[in-house]
Amino acid sequence: MTNVLINAPKTAKPGEIVEIKALILHPMETGFRPGTNGKIIPRNIIEHFVATWNGAEIFRMEMSPAIAANPFVSFFAVATESGTIGLRWTGDEGFLVEEQVAIAVG
Amino acid sequence: MKIVIPSEARDLYWSLKGPSACGLRVTTMPVTTRRAFLAGATIVCVLPFASAHATPEAMAAAIKEVVGTGTIREGKVKLDLPPLVENGNTVPLTVSVESPMTPADHVKAIHVFNEKNPQPHVFSARLGPQNGKAVIATRIKLADSQKIIAIAETSTGQFFSASADVIVTLAACIEDVT
Amino acid sequence: MKIAQVAFGLASVFAATFALAQGAADKRRSGYQDMGEALQKMQDDDTANPGMLFVQLGEQLWSKPAGAANKACADCHASGSMKSVAARYPAIPKDADKPVDLEGRINLCRTANQRAEPLAPESRELLSLEAYVAFQSRGQPIAPPSDPRLGSFREQGGEIYRRRQGQLNLSCAICHDDNAGKKLAGVTIPEAHPTGYPIYRLEWQALGSLRRRLRNCLVGIRAEAYAYDAPEYVALEIYLMDRAKGMPLDAPGVRP
Repeated sequence: MTNVLINAPKTAKPGEIVEIKALILHPMETGFRPGTNGKIIPRNIIEHFVATWNGAEIFRMEMSPAIAANPFVSFFAVATESGTIGLRWTGDEGFLVEEQVAIAVG
Repeated sequence: MKIVIPSEARDLYWSLKGPSACGLRVTTMPVTTRRAFLAGATIVCVLPFASAHATPEAMAAAIKEVVGTGTIREGKVKLDLPPLVENGNTVPLTVSVESPMTPADHVKAIHVFNEKNPQPHVFSARLGPQNGKAVIATRIKLADSQKIIAIAETSTGQFFSASADVIVTLAACIEDVT
Repeated sequence: MKIAQVAFGLASVFAATFALAQGAADKRRSGYQDMGEALQKMQDDDTANPGMLFVQLGEQLWSKPAGAANKACADCHASGSMKSVAARYPAIPKDADKPVDLEGRINLCRTANQRAEPLAPESRELLSLEAYVAFQSRGQPIAPPSDPRLGSFREQGGEIYRRRQGQLNLSCAICHDDNAGKKLAGVTIPEAHPTGYPIYRLEWQALGSLRRRLRNCLVGIRAEAYAYDAPEYVALEIYLMDRAKGMPLDAPGVRP
């Protein structure tokens, strides 16, 4: 069960710079750790995080194994119009999570 | 797996000593003549047996991939990391870059690198005027006390950087699963 | 008139300093206070505290019907009714003679009331429910129940706490009573008050229970960790919660 915590304002004034925070449950297994049997635990990370505002990309982050487990990202965006902020995480083992939050700008 | 490297990289790898980057064991063929050496120093890679750390040279190479022949200037970039970290598994990091973030002049990418984790990348982010502020916060893993470097790439083709030294009292990445 | 006013003035000053003395007299430090500023900030920000992911999951599970009785926790426990529950555990349930910790209590509800399978120790579901319940007690002072039957278990816990164990022949008390505040491998030795459980421990990169942390301690002193269902953990927790009586809970805690 994927678990995501998104924090974005529900309303904003046009032109206001808002902070968007996202936290997602994911082991971010680096692929460098040996397990208890001595074998390397295979890599399993989130590779891409993309944010959109009404479909237009506003932020993109390429993650590496150096990003901590249960990745947290905070970035800023200029509030343009009311609509939907979309967040999308993709990674190893076909990992794909998409979440949306509504924002009213006016 | 053998890799042939161009001669300008020869000096880079010539100086590598001690434990090598995870999965990359570097040796140079014994050559007696400069010409023979220029013909191609080779690197032999072995499978990752034990995770060791990468090197400042690997970080330099990763930075070069992004910056190319550009000059990296100091300034404009602020890298916030705690100077002493109790556990390297989750280290909060904030990068902020001074920029008007207009269509004509904005930060278009922020890249962060490390020098002692098994691989040199931390993250790369794409930004634009739609962000309003070039400020990113996240949490990273650090395998050892080391230097972190953040590089900002602007729309005008310039590169700015800042670095921070972090002391890690308990490593990430190379711990056993308990 | 004047003497009465002076007397009243003196009395209120005395009361004020006494109250201050009460607060200032509690020199106990929680693990939160021993952490660096960056980690304290991580814990304080509910939008960034990784433990909150589990609280959110627990909240979802709370309203999910389960078991043959097809009941959700929410069906019996109204929202807001879990306040200060975590502060009074471990406790001896009605019609029982042995104490259970919060996890044991949740599983008792699952088997007896929901008629569902008990949740496995350290499983995501059990930890999330525990996190959700403990979160409701945030800020509440630890208040062990006054049940006299807990006395013998508390003494047993104290005996374990002071017992030298393992290859390193250390007792909990040697580090956490005698040497708390000093450094071990660059990290401050905490007083070991269980104020933040279940905690998101950076070492685990996951949420875990006090039981898991105690097992880590036992392995740390090179002792054999007791079995997962051993009563020693509950006894230790009863002792530790009594020792931390009055300190505020701050679950879900973030710890290194």
